[in-house]
Amino acid sequence: MATLREIRRRINSIKSTQQITRAMKMVAAAKLRKAQESILAARPYARKIDEMIRHLIVQLEISGLPLLAVRPPQRVTLVVVTGDRGLCGSFNSNIIKKVLQQIETHRDKEVSLVCIGKKGYDFFRKRGYQIDNKYIQIFNQLEYLHAQQITEYMVEQYIAEKTDLVEVVYNEFKNAVQQFAVVEKYLPLTAEEFEGELKNVSYLYEPDKLSLLNALLPKHLNLQTWRILLESNAAEQGARMTAMENATENASEIIDDLTLHYNKTRQAAITKEISEIVGGAEALKSA
Amino acid sequence: MNNYLTVSITTPQKKRVFEGVSSCTAPGTKGSFQILVDHAPLLSQLEIGEIKLESDKGLERYSTSGGFLEVLKNNVSLLLESCEKAEEIDVERAKSALERARKRMQEKSADLDIRRAEAALLRALNRIRIAGKVR
Repeated sequence: MATLREIRRRINSIKSTQQITRAMKMVAAAKLRKAQESILAARPYARKIDEMIRHLIVQLEISGLPLLAVRPPQRVTLVVVTGDRGLCGSFNSNIIKKVLQQIETHRDKEVSLVCIGKKGYDFFRKRGYQIDNKYIQIFNQLEYLHAQQITEYMVEQYIAEKTDLVEVVYNEFKNAVQQFAVVEKYLPLTAEEFEGELKNVSYLYEPDKLSLLNALLPKHLNLQTWRILLESNAAEQGARMTAMENATENASEIIDDLTLHYNKTRQAAITKEISEIVGGAEALKSA
Repeated sequence: MNNYLTVSITTPQKKRVFEGVSSCTAPGTKGSFQILVDHAPLLSQLEIGEIKLESDKGLERYSTSGGFLEVLKNNVSLLLESCEKAEEIDVERAKSALERARKRMQEKSADLDIRRAEAALLRALNRIRIAGKVR
């Protein structure tokens, strides 16, 4: 049986936890809004670049381009996109689970990892997986530059034939309460991936078409990376918001239970005291 | 008859549209070039440099670190990785980027890093130069 003071202390400690979770929820909600805005802002750019690539790709013999070259996959690189911090429900563990599955399906090949986000990096480093590169603590201040750096690295790896297939595992942002861990092929690119209407215009090209296309493809990849980072960021904030909302609710529940328990214990103590006094008085009277 | 260009500048962060532009100057791979009304359809790659837009409101300058330009029926679409208005350039940040790039070039590690540092150096110099024109 806990004493009154102990119960009071527990109630206070849970109340302060609740304050923290409530604050975290509100911060996550604000960040989520910002993250969603960035996703929307990136769309016109994506559409335009897809349109240009498609326009060029249909006019060209594309087999010579290194980023479009399909090789039989012997070495596979998995890009693992997790968050830098925990306290966001199953956000990180879903990714890790998915990656482990994916490693299993590529069992007969050589698999290496590129970790974006501290959580995934810590997990796979501790277990001795081969990690080629890592980008941690970028989600605090996400910038387009990060996407460019990551893309540049992946493109170099692919062109140098250090890897034959690049897949990204990340959380797709469905809405504030739903996010799915998905596996997406990143490299090599295929012509079908590009959307956009076809324009039948004869342009002047500067420099020539092939150089243009060669310059456009990395930009397209930059943008893919950027989109993935943004999606994952939005999903993380969404997951954290939901998790923290649940935590706040649970805290309320515990506080209610404890308060009830506290009052009952207090009542019992008072009753006990009264009956002791009454009993004592009775004893004195009869004596 | 429309005697003006409509210029849209699209970056991954933002899309801006300018109406009533009479001339647009951009840094092509073979040097800076100017687009006037009724230009032939064009698709061009852009380098690090300066973009100038002339309209009734006067001349506006932007810095860019490269991208693409498309001209089609008096619509100029600029697709840029980064684009800042000259007045809004963060000169302090550019200066520190310049410092960093210089240092890295002196240290001289792998070829790759040198190339990156060079690109960073050019970007920073470009920003400082353009910011200097309006201050």
